[in-house]
Amino acid sequence: MDVAKLLQQHVDLMDDMFKEGLLDEQFNQLQQLQDESNPNFLEEVVSLFFEDSQRILENMTETIGKDPIDYKVIDSQVHQFKGSSSSIGAQRVKNVCVTFRTYCDKEDKKGCQDALEEVGEEYNLIKKKLETMLELEKQIVAIGGTLPFMEGC
Amino acid sequence: MESCNCVEPAWPPDDLLMRYQYIADFFIALAYFSIPLELIYFVKKSSIFPYRWVLVQFGVFIVLCGSTHLINLWTYSAHSLAVAVVLTVAKIFTAVVSCATALMLVHIIPDLLSVKTRELFLKKKTAELDREMGLIRTQEETGRHVRMLTLEIRSTLDKDTILTTTLVELGKTLALEECNLWMPTWNGQELQLSHTLRQRTDFGPVTVPIHHTTIKQVFSSNRAVVISHNSPVCISGQRQGEFTIGDVVAVRVPLLHLTNFHLGDWPDTNKRPFALMVLMLPADSARRWHVYELELVEVVADQVAVALSHAAILEESMQARELLMQQNVQLDMARREAEMAICARNDFLAVMNHEMKAPMHAIIALSSLLQETELTPEQRSMVDIVLKSSNLLDTLINDVLDISRLEDGSLELDTNTFKLPQIFIDVRNLVKPIISLKKLQVSLTLAPELPAFVVGDDKRLMQTALNVVGNAIKFTNEGIISIKVCLERLEYPMDPLMLEFRPVQGEQHCYIRVQVQDTGVGVNPHDIPKLFCKFLQSNSTTTRNNCGTGLGLAICKRFVNLMGGHIWVESAGPGKGTLVTFVVKLGLPEHPNELDRQMAMRTDFTGVRVLVTDDNGVNRMVTRGLLMRLGCEVTVVSSGRECLQVISQPGQSFKVLLLDVCMPDMDGYEVTIRIQEKFARHERPLLVALTANTDMATRERCLSLGMDRVILKPISLEKMRMVLTELLEFGTRNENQRRP
Repeated sequence: MDVAKLLQQHVDLMDDMFKEGLLDEQFNQLQQLQDESNPNFLEEVVSLFFEDSQRILENMTETIGKDPIDYKVIDSQVHQFKGSSSSIGAQRVKNVCVTFRTYCDKEDKKGCQDALEEVGEEYNLIKKKLETMLELEKQIVAIGGTLPFMEGC
Repeated sequence: MESCNCVEPAWPPDDLLMRYQYIADFFIALAYFSIPLELIYFVKKSSIFPYRWVLVQFGVFIVLCGSTHLINLWTYSAHSLAVAVVLTVAKIFTAVVSCATALMLVHIIPDLLSVKTRELFLKKKTAELDREMGLIRTQEETGRHVRMLTLEIRSTLDKDTILTTTLVELGKTLALEECNLWMPTWNGQELQLSHTLRQRTDFGPVTVPIHHTTIKQVFSSNRAVVISHNSPVCISGQRQGEFTIGDVVAVRVPLLHLTNFHLGDWPDTNKRPFALMVLMLPADSARRWHVYELELVEVVADQVAVALSHAAILEESMQARELLMQQNVQLDMARREAEMAICARNDFLAVMNHEMKAPMHAIIALSSLLQETELTPEQRSMVDIVLKSSNLLDTLINDVLDISRLEDGSLELDTNTFKLPQIFIDVRNLVKPIISLKKLQVSLTLAPELPAFVVGDDKRLMQTALNVVGNAIKFTNEGIISIKVCLERLEYPMDPLMLEFRPVQGEQHCYIRVQVQDTGVGVNPHDIPKLFCKFLQSNSTTTRNNCGTGLGLAICKRFVNLMGGHIWVESAGPGKGTLVTFVVKLGLPEHPNELDRQMAMRTDFTGVRVLVTDDNGVNRMVTRGLLMRLGCEVTVVSSGRECLQVISQPGQSFKVLLLDVCMPDMDGYEVTIRIQEKFARHERPLLVALTANTDMATRERCLSLGMDRVILKPISLEKMRMVLTELLEFGTRNENQRRP
């Protein structure tokens, strides 16, 4: 495929993600951290995020599944997830985590379950988009183009 | 008869009539010949005669007439024809000349007559001029006299001399018989004869009431007035008859600003007092007062007035000078005394400073050392008391020194640029041990709008804050002490006892309000005014246990006042806690941008070793990425224990520790505590807390545990850069309120 076309797709994708609030400013920060000395930084961070999040979600599901729910545990897990998602700039995921925590404070079982479901959805959404983004970036680099956010680095 | 050519006269020569005619002709001829001779003689004598040729003509005419008559003499007898012819010729010539003369005289005589009239006119003019010359000369004379008089009068500043000279000179100039000078008396109701020209006042003081008509008349105008010689103001020596004195003239002399002649209320509407000068002409000369003489008198009167006022002013100024010199001497003495006192005081202070403090320190130091040795319980308690007392004494000495320097204003505030929030953080740290000992809590609230840098005396500000907080702690046994620092605003409640203190913020300065509220024993509202008095303490039992000098608040008050501010205490009553508020004025640094520029961002942190402790993998990676971007040498660990392990290894010299506070197992707080236990302040790395919690409690807790910075997650590259710059620039304990 043509570099220009790929770049255009990349730009469109990023625009969408930002517009929809999937990503926030923090993600830009991460993009800035990628440079010649650290060419794969973004990919590494995102991959790690996927791993971590996967693990946390599984844990949360397990904790919620128990009866009675140990709210302290779930709270700390949500805290973790909130931490990583905010570090990477996954805004919507982070917001859901915040709501999730309030439910935990109230010890609202129904609320927690709903929140868990929602957070899972959000995560999947952003995971898909981020994977697409990474794929695009790989292709662009393979052809020999430079990623837009790396211009001028 | 022979026929001779002679002519016979008409009449016979022997006739009587003929004889008389003969004689007459003879005399006429004589006269006619002598007149021109006389004329010539006298004309020759006189040097000027404009009409010489007229004279010649006239002479010729007369000569011819004379010759006619002379020749006529021969015609009385028989005479020859020749004679007759000569006679006829002579007569013809005479006729011609006389007619010519007559014609000429028509022109000459008017001229001659006019010469005469001109001469008369000139004579008149000359007479007039002579008269005027005489007048001018007289005036000049008098003018000269006046000038001399004035010179005489003005050459002296002694009143008596002035007046005497005046009278003498006037007497000489105007050839006066007598002169009187009347001065107003004490009460202003009478005129008293003070000076005369000739006579001596043998017969006591003579007075004349001031409301006499003559006097009133003279005083009402500034001209010299002719008065009657019967008037009571004319006093002359000889009292033989009424005609000792001729015409009298009186003139007023305005007295400006008398001091010798003390006056009460002057009854006249005309506020100025006058003296009266009376001049009397001698009776035997039929002189009258001339206008120019009157003018002279008026001029002299004015000059006298001026001279008198000068004399009076001089007198006064001399008195004033005397007074000033006396005062000068006294002030000089007072000044010397004051200087000596200050020298003595300074010497005393120096002595106290040096001599008393040194033994004090010796006592304190040695007592402390003694405490560390083996002692029996008895001995220990004794040493404790010695140490306590000497500490108290030391504080007392310092306080007294301070207060004495504050009192006389010799204390000057320093001016430094310093970080304002740091002061209060330091204060809080200093009281922490006591706080924890008394199981109290302290909270410090620094408003976000506080300027980071201010100009002022940081040491004294801290001393004040420490004193106030210390007091609060002293008098509180349980509860919380809250310290609030903010920018002063007009709407904040001011001291009810001093409403006129209204601080206004400005470009170059700001007012800071510090409020310390405690939940302690409170103060009785009656006692509040006494709080700031030196050496006074309230009498409650609690205060007796807490020894203090009683000077603390007094010193605070003076410091606060020196800083252009105000301090006051409010309390709801005993047991209801106390609120101490002080407002001080601090300068704003001129170039805050420079200070920022001083803190210019470092972009390169090469070689800065940072240890990141975070249990979250993503976070770890992101933070690591940030730090690596900034050039730091990053090491990451995932738990508190690991962190401590890494730190404890020898050769590990991390500059900065980034600690996530929320970690399972061992959280950031514990790590901090452990690290502080292990390392001294200057040895340990800078501790930075990472937290997602935005509330103040977390922040407070971190700072109270001794962490250097608190950063909120997620952190941006710029924020990390700023934090690192600040940390590395200013070292530990920096609280920057502007950046969230």
